[in-house]
Amino acid sequence: MKQSLIKPLLALLLLAPLAAQAMKIETWRTDNGVRVLFVEAHELPIVDARLTFRAGSARDGQQHGISSLVNGLLVEGAGELNAEQIALGFESTGAELGKGSLRDMAWLSLRSLSDPDLRAQTADLFATVAARPGFPPDAIERDRKAMLAGLAQRRNDIGSVTEDAFFAALYPEHPYAIGPQGREEDLKAITRRDLQLFHQRYYVAANATLALVGDLTPEQARDYANALTRHLEPGLPAEPLPPAALPDAGKTLHIPFKTTQTHVIQGLPVMTRKDPDYFPLYVGNHVLGGSGFSSRLMQTIREDRGLVYSVYSYFMPMESNGPFRMALQTRNDQAAEAAGLMQQQLEAFIADGPTGKELEHAKKNITGGFPLKIDSNRKIVEYLALIGFYDLPLDYLDRFNERVMAVTREQIRDAFRRRVPADRLIRVVVGEDIRIGGGQKR
Amino acid sequence: MTRFLLFALALALVPPLQAKSDRGLIDSTFEKTLSNGMKVIVREDHRAPVVVSQVWYRIGSNYEHDGISGVSHTLEHMMFKGTRDLKPGEFSEIIAANGGSENAFTSSDFTAYFQRIASDRLEICLKLEADRMRNVVFLPEEFAKEVEVVKEERRWRVDNKPKSKLWEQFSATAFMTSPQRIPTIGWRSDLDELTVQDAEDWYRMWYAPNNATLVVVGDVDADEVFRLAETYFGKLEPSVIKPPRTRKEIAQEGERRIELYGQTANPYLVMGYKVPSLKPDLSNRKDAFALDVLSALLDGGNSARISRNILRGKELAVEAGASYDAFSRLDGLFILAGTPSKGVTPVQLKQALIAEIDDLKRNPVSRQELDRVKAQVIASKVFDQDSSFNMGMQIGMLDSMGYDWRLLDQYVEEIRAVTAADVQRVAKRYFLPQTLTVAVLYPEQETDGRDNRQMAEAGQ
Repeated sequence: MKQSLIKPLLALLLLAPLAAQAMKIETWRTDNGVRVLFVEAHELPIVDARLTFRAGSARDGQQHGISSLVNGLLVEGAGELNAEQIALGFESTGAELGKGSLRDMAWLSLRSLSDPDLRAQTADLFATVAARPGFPPDAIERDRKAMLAGLAQRRNDIGSVTEDAFFAALYPEHPYAIGPQGREEDLKAITRRDLQLFHQRYYVAANATLALVGDLTPEQARDYANALTRHLEPGLPAEPLPPAALPDAGKTLHIPFKTTQTHVIQGLPVMTRKDPDYFPLYVGNHVLGGSGFSSRLMQTIREDRGLVYSVYSYFMPMESNGPFRMALQTRNDQAAEAAGLMQQQLEAFIADGPTGKELEHAKKNITGGFPLKIDSNRKIVEYLALIGFYDLPLDYLDRFNERVMAVTREQIRDAFRRRVPADRLIRVVVGEDIRIGGGQKR
Repeated sequence: MTRFLLFALALALVPPLQAKSDRGLIDSTFEKTLSNGMKVIVREDHRAPVVVSQVWYRIGSNYEHDGISGVSHTLEHMMFKGTRDLKPGEFSEIIAANGGSENAFTSSDFTAYFQRIASDRLEICLKLEADRMRNVVFLPEEFAKEVEVVKEERRWRVDNKPKSKLWEQFSATAFMTSPQRIPTIGWRSDLDELTVQDAEDWYRMWYAPNNATLVVVGDVDADEVFRLAETYFGKLEPSVIKPPRTRKEIAQEGERRIELYGQTANPYLVMGYKVPSLKPDLSNRKDAFALDVLSALLDGGNSARISRNILRGKELAVEAGASYDAFSRLDGLFILAGTPSKGVTPVQLKQALIAEIDDLKRNPVSRQELDRVKAQVIASKVFDQDSSFNMGMQIGMLDSMGYDWRLLDQYVEEIRAVTAADVQRVAKRYFLPQTLTVAVLYPEQETDGRDNRQMAEAGQ
């Protein structure tokens, strides 16, 4: 190796760690009680709004799929309007309406030009779509069929089969077991009345958060927030979700599937959004499998051996204990080797934690990359929605880097030992002729 | 095709290119060509203290030929495997240590390498990129591992995804002689034969300052970027770049059909008509932009015709769409695709989609529909500016495919100029039964799947 011309320059630049930029978040409640988080940004003539409800699939009860069905049907009829009139109302001004649902949340989003006339045209429409769904019977049947077709497709897609089996095994007796995709027998049984009741319970002001970013003065933002939410009933917040327990013992599920590549995923229910171990686990995982090419998993399994295209680990913080997960895909005959390496890496990391150098490197990457997290209105509105939804402190972003920098090797080791007991991992292996670990065939 | 996730890029970019509304893009974008022929394009965007740096090479799978498919993409992977100064993986380590994120992607017409990083660290990126433009070391042991990674990528993206397989075989059917038939990730048997020498030869042939463009978007001063570019790239020797002898597609003189049986619950239909791309001299602008508008009439949101008539009205599909990419180095396809509803055959869906095309041939579209499309284009070109990465993508793609990036500014005017008569004219001109290719994925049967096939034939 010749003397590098590049390194001297780097040493110089590495001396100055970046301070997080303070972001001014204003917060208030709309006239009917929706909590608003707002960031003023006048550089572009754009306004982004994101209205989030505690109305994800964790609220499905025994009607798995109802949360996504409700969310999807919001644009199929509202007030006196049919699907085409709703779509034209937004699209003829160039505005973009978005919607979606996950386990914790369901949302509607609106991106529009900040021109007051254009904005006014879509604000009331948005308010109507959020609060007064028509649930037309033909649309219900159409969306029901589309969801059933989606479910059938999931059973034929190895990635989805792995994912669904993982959640089912991780969350027995917990609302996270089945995701927004729903369950066939439930989807078939859901009635129009059920949809109305779900909507009346969860799409209400007390259960909503509105994130706003863009080209508005604070006064305009107050009016706009009122306009977007004005038809929502006051209602009540959703009940808190139950915690998810760690399994008593580890197990491996084998699912036979015709494929040339075996999928392996393993993990545990671990982290909540307000978890006291959030920062040690997050920073630690960055070293283990959260930082792409510099992570240990990627280094050992892909870079050193060429066994996989993708291997990673992450903690997904949720309202209840979200999953820690590690996953890879590899040629069938290499599955045992790759999965063994993944397990070894985890055990070694739990035993010893990161090295001092690794921790320093992770901190530089995370804190140096912080400005990239909030470099567009779209990213900012998504962060605001998270902060509002999970009731994180308003200085969450401002103090993010400082909290990362405060994490020590000992904290990481301690947090992993307590929260990620390697002998209790749930593992799902989907592929042909699989013989990894013990466990039963399914 | 990327070193690490970004497959849908080409498709995700199908929504057409847009630019700034009030002030033109030109006001904040600056271009310079270094003495060795390397182009540098800088767009200043001072909203956040960050920058995206992208080095674009005019090379991709449309430059490849039989036997070496996938070499551009595999070479992209090798670009992270060390230079005379850096160990394998060290490039990524340095970027990570500086808080940056980085990756690369390969398409049919270009290969690009990018970093997103705090703007005071741009110099590091330029220094590293200049180094690997000329000094990559091709170690056989690194290649041996990396080509296996690429095969895993292929298994994951294509081999175990019947829809992806269908798209791959659809392109290879629609295009018989044009390199548009070559999958960017490479045919499996070509990947098996690919050698480290192939990758290195490809690198020597195409990676040179005069076949590259640096695009920088972010919180930077353009003159300062030009100065840094001169410092690091300016000293690199240019190469003699021999443009590829691109085989033209033969005339298609009849509908082509293929079927594929795979692990799927629902059948899936893909159709494509041969259409021209926008020529770099804009000589066919009328046609290309009219086709662009036509695709938005069919599939520009929930009020567009496919949603209105096929998904909601006749309920023939659970999802369906249309797309056209005006910006492409070689001529391509106008695509219609979808998943039929239960009880609907792919052939019935095909007929319904053709009926939509026939309607566009017969009847001029309404003023209201055209206005809707134009309002969407105007708004989305403003929305696009929110992402500096996207702005860089748009500039870099246009430039690598031989267009002037200033087209981004003109785009809205071009779309505004499209009339109902233009749409009708291009519908009649290009949607010809003899230039259609149809591919259908059927669920594989316990038996030999003959039932499905009979349905397919009966319907045609």
